[in-house]
Amino acid sequence: MADQEQFSELAMEYMSALYTAALRMTRNPSDAEDLVQETYLKAYRAFGSFQAGTNLKAWLYRILTNTYINTYRAKKRRPEIADVEDVEDLYLYHHLAGDPSAGLGRSAEDEALDRFTDTDVKAAIESLPDAFRIAVLLADVEGFSYKEIADITEVPIGTVMSRIHRGRKALQKALVDVGRARGLVGASDEAR
Amino acid sequence: MGPEGDGVRERPAGFVSCDETIEKLYHYLDGELTEERRVEIARHLDLCGPCVGAYGFEAELRKLVQSRCHDRVPDDLRARVADALRNEGACSAD
Repeated sequence: MADQEQFSELAMEYMSALYTAALRMTRNPSDAEDLVQETYLKAYRAFGSFQAGTNLKAWLYRILTNTYINTYRAKKRRPEIADVEDVEDLYLYHHLAGDPSAGLGRSAEDEALDRFTDTDVKAAIESLPDAFRIAVLLADVEGFSYKEIADITEVPIGTVMSRIHRGRKALQKALVDVGRARGLVGASDEAR
Repeated sequence: MGPEGDGVRERPAGFVSCDETIEKLYHYLDGELTEERRVEIARHLDLCGPCVGAYGFEAELRKLVQSRCHDRVPDDLRARVADALRNEGACSAD
């Protein structure tokens, strides 16, 4: 089928992005590989229903996300809450700020950010509960719009915005925790 | 609360507050504000040091999350997927 032949040509370039997302979702290389392969197979079979000219990347992410939720999430149920009641806006910024009265001292915080490694950031993202992890991945790692994320995850846009908001707060909290463990963030709790 | 209270001393009419700016900061970074709101926030950031500091930090953080989150696809995964698709194609051609 011409359609299906075209599929590989168009879809293979997204493998790296899909694999990264799959790893963050499953937190496990072997599950991530299976998830990516399953996604490509499902997409290949359904390619006839894909509308040429629409967003192929978003379509692939939708299949990936659905497959993850239906297959892998059932295995290990985690509570779908992000406890961020005590996390104020700019939580990480305030925790990295050495001396907030130092006027244009923002480069100090920016420099502190640079000390977070790949492993730190990945661990922080992977510590988030599923729905929030997926929302943050799609928004901040992949740069999808709220509308696209609503389509990919099949939830209303208001829910997407709330998950992104809470997910980002939880991520900042996780980064502070990771940073504390590594001595990048002061142990004191004097956030402003 | 703005990063350090209200960073702008003289506020023109219709000027949004630090609180509002921080609240809308992510929507601004996400490019998800209406044009009218976007201009209001941009105008505030032009004049307010503390808020622009926070904005710069959040923009850097976004870049960090993007750049620190990539993983190399294992070579055998590419081969596995290509094989699986070929098999699938061979089956559906029958």
